[in-house]
Amino acid sequence: MTHETLLTAAGAITSTSTGEAVTFWILAPVALLTAIGMVLVRSAVHSALLLVANLFCVAVFYMIQQAPFLGFVQIIVYAGAIMVLFLFVLMLVGVDSSDSLVETIRGQRLGAAIFGLGFAGLLVFPIGSAIDDGSAKGLDAANTGGNVQAIGRLLFTQYVFVFEAISALLVVAAIGTMVLGHREREGGRITQRDWMQRRFAEGAQVTPLPGPGVYAQHDSANTLGLLPGGGLASGIGGIPAVDPPGPPPVDGQASGSSPEGGPAAGGPGRPGGDTGPGPSGSGGGGDGGGGGDRPDPDPVDANDSALAGAGKGEDR
Amino acid sequence: MSADAVAAAESGVHPIHYAAASGVFSLSWLLIVLPLAGAAVLLLGGRRTDRFGHVIGTLAAAASFVVGVVLFAALLGRAGDDRALSQHLYSWIPVNGFQVDVGLLVDQLSIVFVLLITGVGTLIHIYSIGYMAHDPARRKFFGYMNLFLASMLLLVLGNNFLSLYAGWELVGLSSYLLIKFWEDRPAAATAANKAFYMNRVGDVGLALAIMFMFATVGSTGFADVFGAAAGGVIGYGTITAIALLLLLGACGKSGQFPLQAWLPDAMEGPTPISALIHAATMVTAGVYLIVRAAPIFDETQAARTVVVIIGAITILLGCVIGCAYDDIKKVLAYSTVSQIGYMFLAVGLGPAGYALGIMHLLAHGFFKAGLFLGAGSVIHAMDDDQDLRHYGGLWRYMPITWATFGLGYLAIIGFPGLSGFFTKDRIIETAFDKGGTSGYLLGSIALLGAGITAFYMTRLFLMTFHGKKRWSSEGDDARHPHESPVSMTGPMIVLAFGSVFAGGLFVLGHSLQDWLEPVAGEGVEGVHTFSPVVLTLLTLVVTVGGFAAAYLRYQVRPVAVAAPADSEVTLVTVAARHDLFANTFNETVAMRPGQFLTRFLVWLDLVGVDGLVRGSAAGIGGLSGRMRRLQTGFVRSYALSMLGGAVLVVGALLLVRG
Amino acid sequence: MNPANYLILAAMLFTIGTVGVLVRRNAIVVFMSIELMLNASNLTLVTFSRIRGTLDGQIMAFFVMVVAAAEVVIGLAIILSIFRTRRSASVDDVNLLKY
Repeated sequence: MTHETLLTAAGAITSTSTGEAVTFWILAPVALLTAIGMVLVRSAVHSALLLVANLFCVAVFYMIQQAPFLGFVQIIVYAGAIMVLFLFVLMLVGVDSSDSLVETIRGQRLGAAIFGLGFAGLLVFPIGSAIDDGSAKGLDAANTGGNVQAIGRLLFTQYVFVFEAISALLVVAAIGTMVLGHREREGGRITQRDWMQRRFAEGAQVTPLPGPGVYAQHDSANTLGLLPGGGLASGIGGIPAVDPPGPPPVDGQASGSSPEGGPAAGGPGRPGGDTGPGPSGSGGGGDGGGGGDRPDPDPVDANDSALAGAGKGEDR
Repeated sequence: MSADAVAAAESGVHPIHYAAASGVFSLSWLLIVLPLAGAAVLLLGGRRTDRFGHVIGTLAAAASFVVGVVLFAALLGRAGDDRALSQHLYSWIPVNGFQVDVGLLVDQLSIVFVLLITGVGTLIHIYSIGYMAHDPARRKFFGYMNLFLASMLLLVLGNNFLSLYAGWELVGLSSYLLIKFWEDRPAAATAANKAFYMNRVGDVGLALAIMFMFATVGSTGFADVFGAAAGGVIGYGTITAIALLLLLGACGKSGQFPLQAWLPDAMEGPTPISALIHAATMVTAGVYLIVRAAPIFDETQAARTVVVIIGAITILLGCVIGCAYDDIKKVLAYSTVSQIGYMFLAVGLGPAGYALGIMHLLAHGFFKAGLFLGAGSVIHAMDDDQDLRHYGGLWRYMPITWATFGLGYLAIIGFPGLSGFFTKDRIIETAFDKGGTSGYLLGSIALLGAGITAFYMTRLFLMTFHGKKRWSSEGDDARHPHESPVSMTGPMIVLAFGSVFAGGLFVLGHSLQDWLEPVAGEGVEGVHTFSPVVLTLLTLVVTVGGFAAAYLRYQVRPVAVAAPADSEVTLVTVAARHDLFANTFNETVAMRPGQFLTRFLVWLDLVGVDGLVRGSAAGIGGLSGRMRRLQTGFVRSYALSMLGGAVLVVGALLLVRG
Repeated sequence: MNPANYLILAAMLFTIGTVGVLVRRNAIVVFMSIELMLNASNLTLVTFSRIRGTLDGQIMAFFVMVVAAAEVVIGLAIILSIFRTRRSASVDDVNLLKY
C-alpha cells in the first residue's frame, strides 16, 4: 500500500479500521485488568510483572495509532530497562517484603474510592460527550517518509532546545543517582594498623587465629585437621588418613567453594568458614575465639559486623 | 532665625542686644557651679560626708552669695543702661535650624534675685545646721538644698527660655525631694506627689509657651523673643496665647489660683524648706517669669487682665483660708499664697507695677522667711507641735524668737516704717490708680486683703506668743519651751533686720524702681485716684481694724484649746477650713474623672485590646492545634488531599465551561 | 471505532494509577502506579496527536518518557537510601515530618 493510497483512504474513511477496533477491544480490557491487578496484588514482583503486561498493551495501542517509534521505545525502554530497574530495586529491598493489605490510615481507602470514582467520572464523561463524531485526521500526512524520520526531524529542528534540556535532565538524574547511592565511610578508613592496635589493646588474641584444622585441638585420632582445600588431614604420625567420608559439613558455599584453591587460613577476601559442628564443637569451646565469626545476616552494616567480629576471627 | 525674625530685622526693629560678659562677669557661672558642686559632693559622697556635710553645704551657699555680691558691686560700677551682660557658655542643641545655646544673663533683675536666693539661702543653711542637728539625714538635706540653690540660680540666670525651663523643672525636682524629705510620713509623701502633679500642669503651660515662641520667633533666647515681641512681629493672638501659657506656668509654680492647693500641703517638708523654697524663692519664680517676660505681657492687655484677676482672687482666697487654720505653718503658707497674689496683682498692672511686684517679692522674701524661721523655732521648742491652740504665752520663754517674729509680723501687716508698709501700700495705690471701675474693684480687694492679713497674722501672733499658756510643763504632755541655739536665732535676727529696713531701702528715693527700669520698663506715675496720704491713712485704718478684731477675739477673750466643731462656726469658716473646697473641686473635676478615665482605659486595654489580641491568638492557636492534626506525616494522606483538590478544580472548570 | 475510546481508556488507567498511589504502601508499587499514570497520559497524548494530525503529541510523549525514566532513576535511588537507613520501603514509615 503506497502512501498515496493511504492518504486517499484517510480522507475517505474514518480513521479507525476494523482491525484496530478488534485489537482495541481485546487489549483494552487486558490493559484495564492488568492495571487493576497491579494495584491489587500483594506481591510487589507480581505488580511489576502486571505493569509490564500493561505497558505492552499500551505499546500496542501506540503502534496501531500510527506511533510505531513510541511503541517500540515503550517496549524497549519502559517495559525493558525501567521495569528491570524496578525489579532490581525490588530484589535489593527484598522480595519477601510483600505488603500487608490492611489499611492503617483511617478513611484512606474510602476517600481514595470516592475521589477516584469522582475523578474518573469527571474525566470520562466529558470526553465521551465532547468527541462524538469519531473522526480523526490521522497521521498519514505527518508520517510521510516514516514515523521515525518525522519525529527525528521535529526533534532536531523545532524541539531541539527542549531536547537539549531533556538530555541535561538525564545527566543530572544520573549524577543525582550516584550522589544518592554513594555512601560515606563512617569514621575514616580502618587500616591494618588500627586493627593491630585494637587487637593489642584488647589483649585477647594477638596473633591471627589458626586456620580451621591447622592445629588439632584434640589428639584424638578421630579429630582430624583440615587440609587447605577442605579435606581432612592425615592422622597422627603420618598414618594415612582414611578416606574422607565426604566433604566436611560446612555451611554455605564459602568454604566449600573450591577444594583445591585458596590458602587454608587467613585467605584474603575469604569469609571465615566455620569448621563446622564437628571437632571443635565437641572440644568444649576452648578459649571461645576459635569459633570464627558467624555469617553476618546484616548485609548493610558490614563495617559494624567487621568491628564486632574483630575480637574473634581476624581472618578477614 | 525664622522668617518673622528676619522680617523684624529688616523692618528696622532692633532686637535687644546684651553686652558680652567679660572680666568678673565671666565668672558668673560660678554662682551655679558652687552649690552644684556642693550638692554633688554631698549626694555622691554618701555617708563619708555625714560629719562635715552641713559645713560644705553652707560654705557653698555662702561662696555663691559672695560671688553674687561681687557681681552686684561690679554692676553698680557700670552705666545704668549697660548693666545686662550675657555670657555664652556652650551650645546645648546645635542642630541645624534649632540652635539652643546655654548662656547666662546677669542683669538688674537677675542679680536682685541672685542676691535674694543666695542671701536668704545662706541664712537658711545656717539655720538648718541647728534645726536639723538631730536628723540622721542632715547631710542629704543640705545636698538637696544646694541642688535647689543651683537650680534656682539657673532659673533666674538663664539667658533663654530653655535654660529657664531647665531650672524651672530642677527646682520642681528639688522641691519634690525636700517636701518628701521625711518620706516615712505618708502625709509628706502625698504632699510631695501633689506638688509634683500640680506643678506639672503649670510646667506644661510653660513648655507650650516656649514651643510657641520657637515656632513663631525661631529662637528661645530672651534677646530674640523680646526683640520680636517689642517689634510687633508676633500676632496679637499668638502673643496673648504665649502670655497666658506663661501665666499658667507661673500659677503652677507660685501657687496661684487655680493651682494653689499644693502649696499649703508642701508645708509637710522641714520648716527651713518652707521658708526658703515655699515662701522666699521658688514660689516667687512665677513673678520673676512674668517680669522677665514683661516685653511679652506689655503687648497684650488681655493677658495682663487675666494676671490681675488671678492675683486679686488669690489675695482674697489666701487671706480667708488663712483665718481658719490652726496649723501655724499652714496659716503662713496661705499667707504666702495671698502675698504672691499681691505680687501678681502688681505685675499684672503692667509697667507701673513690675518694679512694685519685685519689691514686694524681695520684702516678702525677708519677712516671710523670717516668719517661717520663727515658726520653726517655735515648733522646735514645742516638740514638733504645730497647732496654734496648743501655744500661748511663749514670748516669755523665747524672747529672741518673739522679737524677730514680731518684727516680721509687723512688716507683713504693714506697720508704718517697716517693709510691708512701703511695698504693699504702693501696690494698693497703683491698683486704685489703674482707674475706672476695675481700678476701684482691684484697689478695694487689695485693701480688704490688707485688713484680713492684719486679722489673721495678729491672730497667729497672739495665739502663739501671748494670752494664757495652753500647754503645761508637767504631766504626760509636758512641754519645755526654750530659746533656740544661736545658729537658728542668728539668721532670724538678720532676716528681722531685712524685714524692717528692706522696704524703705527699696522704695524711698525710687532706688529699686530706677535700678530695675531697664528691665521692667519705666514706672509711669499714673494719675492718682486718691492722694497717697489719704490712701496710706485708709490702709492704716483697715489694718488697725483687722488688728483690733483679732485682738478682741483672741486676746481679750480666751482661746479654746480644742478647735470648735464645724457645727459651731460660720459657713465661711467651714469653707475656709476646707481650703474653700479647692481640693474637693480638684478631686471632683480632675482626679476622679481622671481615675475613671484611667480605669476605663485600663479596662479597655485589658478587655478590649488585650482581649482582641489574646482572643485572636487563642483562636488561631486553637485552630492551629486542630489543623495541625491534618499534618499526619503520611504521604498518602497528602496525596489524597491533592486528588480531592484536583477533583474540585476539574469539577469547577467543567462547571464554568458549561 | 471512535478514537475517543483511547482517551476513555487512558482516563481509566490514570484513575487506577491514582488509586494505586493512594492505597499502596510499598514505595516501589507506588512508583509503579505513578508510571501507570504517566503511561495513561502518554496514551492520551498519542491519541490526540492522531486526532489532530500532528506529531507534536508524540514528541511530547517522548519527552514524558525521558522525564519518567529520570524520575524513576532518582526515585528508586531515594527509596534505596531510605531503605538502607530505615529498613523499610513503606511510605507510611517515613512520617517524621508531621505535627
